[in-house]
Amino acid sequence: MIRTAIAGTLLQLLHLLVALAAAPLLLGVTRFAKSRLQSRRGPSPIQPYRDLLRLMRKETVLAHDASWIFRATPYLVFSLMVIAAGMVPMFALDLPLASAGDLIAIVALLATARFFQSLAGLDIGTAFGGIGASRDALIGSLAEPAVLMVAFALALVAGTTALPAIARFVLSGGVGVDVSLALALIALLIVAIAENGRIPVDNPATHLELTMVHEAMVLEYSGRNLALIEAAQMLKLLIFVSLVAALFAPWGLAAGDVLDLLELGGGLLIFLLHLLVGAAVIAIFEVSIAKMRVFRVVEFLGAALILAVLAVVFRFVAEAS
Amino acid sequence: MFATIAYDLSHMAGAMVLLAGFVVLYQRRVLGVLRAFAAQSIAVAGAAAWQAYSQEAPHLYVTAAIALLLKGIAAPIALNRIVRRLDIHRTVETAVGIGATMLAGVGLVVLATLLVLPVTVSSAALTRETLAIALSVVLIGFLMMITRRNAITQVVGFMSLENGLVLAAVGVKGMPLVVEMSVAFSLLIAFILFGMFFFRIRERFDTLDLQSIESFRGERR
Repeated sequence: MIRTAIAGTLLQLLHLLVALAAAPLLLGVTRFAKSRLQSRRGPSPIQPYRDLLRLMRKETVLAHDASWIFRATPYLVFSLMVIAAGMVPMFALDLPLASAGDLIAIVALLATARFFQSLAGLDIGTAFGGIGASRDALIGSLAEPAVLMVAFALALVAGTTALPAIARFVLSGGVGVDVSLALALIALLIVAIAENGRIPVDNPATHLELTMVHEAMVLEYSGRNLALIEAAQMLKLLIFVSLVAALFAPWGLAAGDVLDLLELGGGLLIFLLHLLVGAAVIAIFEVSIAKMRVFRVVEFLGAALILAVLAVVFRFVAEAS
Repeated sequence: MFATIAYDLSHMAGAMVLLAGFVVLYQRRVLGVLRAFAAQSIAVAGAAAWQAYSQEAPHLYVTAAIALLLKGIAAPIALNRIVRRLDIHRTVETAVGIGATMLAGVGLVVLATLLVLPVTVSSAALTRETLAIALSVVLIGFLMMITRRNAITQVVGFMSLENGLVLAAVGVKGMPLVVEMSVAFSLLIAFILFGMFFFRIRERFDTLDLQSIESFRGERR
């Protein structure tokens, strides 16, 4: 009893460490692949680590009008992301924290982080912060119903919203070629693009443009506050990539006894593979599409919502027959 | 095992057709509408071919070929040429906004599902699902015709409606008339295409003689 508790805690700690270590790498590899696809040399894949270190060492500058919200937000957002990352299976399915919250809890955590980020954007009172916060709220208010619908579709397919249970259901092979799952996957991918501010919705590589969303919101942050916010953003990308991987391609993840080292190693390898594939897919998608106007995002996310609703409807049809 | 795969694949093909219907609704450009419609017709051809294989009904291959050649390739190319030749409205003119149309589309899918499921309690699962999906495609075709002002997009709506009919026809076992039906419909479509072509030209030349104006200004396309 105590042994399993210790093993579970160790596994959870290892999971968090791996997540924190892998998040900058994922972003770095994505940027690297993207610049190579655009025939640029691009920064080395470990550049995000250097960025974070440099930001940590730099002085933090606060505006005179900054209230406690502005100062607390980086820590809040980062810790919310860490908690959410602790719940998503990455290389092992049975995390102790995973039983604490399901897909809906993760959505709620991300929404809370987004809420505080928007508040902080408004707090300073600059024009860019306001623009960013309002656009982020627009995107969030459209992305959340879509991702909740995806959760409902998955719940109808697998009978639960708990992530390890859904992954196990997919692993059991009882799914086959399922329309609902395919539609839910596309909807989740669209939501992931929007949530992470990747290219058709927001350009993560731009500063000081009128079209930016996330960068506009965090424009006033500097030093370690900025480092925390950027780290949270990297974790968010990692969360979505591993969420998609764990829900739709959980093969090879460590699913059995918690301290089976061989299985853990295999799970880690598969996890790395997932990250590489995720980075490659994001890079290819981003170089082949242009950024949308902000008000087109409504339709883009509306399409995600519609796909998720269709997934639920198809499941309903299949259940009824 | 084979039965479940056959079931899953035909379900998937039907869903693809319906999804392509939504893609048609989503497009803002006339050329995008045509491409999405071609994708839908190819999906219908795939569904028909799969049904022909799994039901061992060779005549459905003919239906698949007609759908692929006529509606997947010929009609989009012809409409494409008309659009380019006449240089007519590249943007889709909508009577209702695109987002509202998509929502209405989802409503129609729910309506079709609710309508078909109680009526067909006694039939096999595959038939019921195919009928529900096909009815949704038909209704979305209607929606397309109602909410788009441009004649070309209306014809696309009509043809995607016909895709839904073909989907319904191939999903039901033992329907030999389907070949004749689809040929007849295709002829009708061709008739409409040419009618619209002539109509457009006549309208262009009667109301606003662009070509003579252009030659007068010395422009050449």
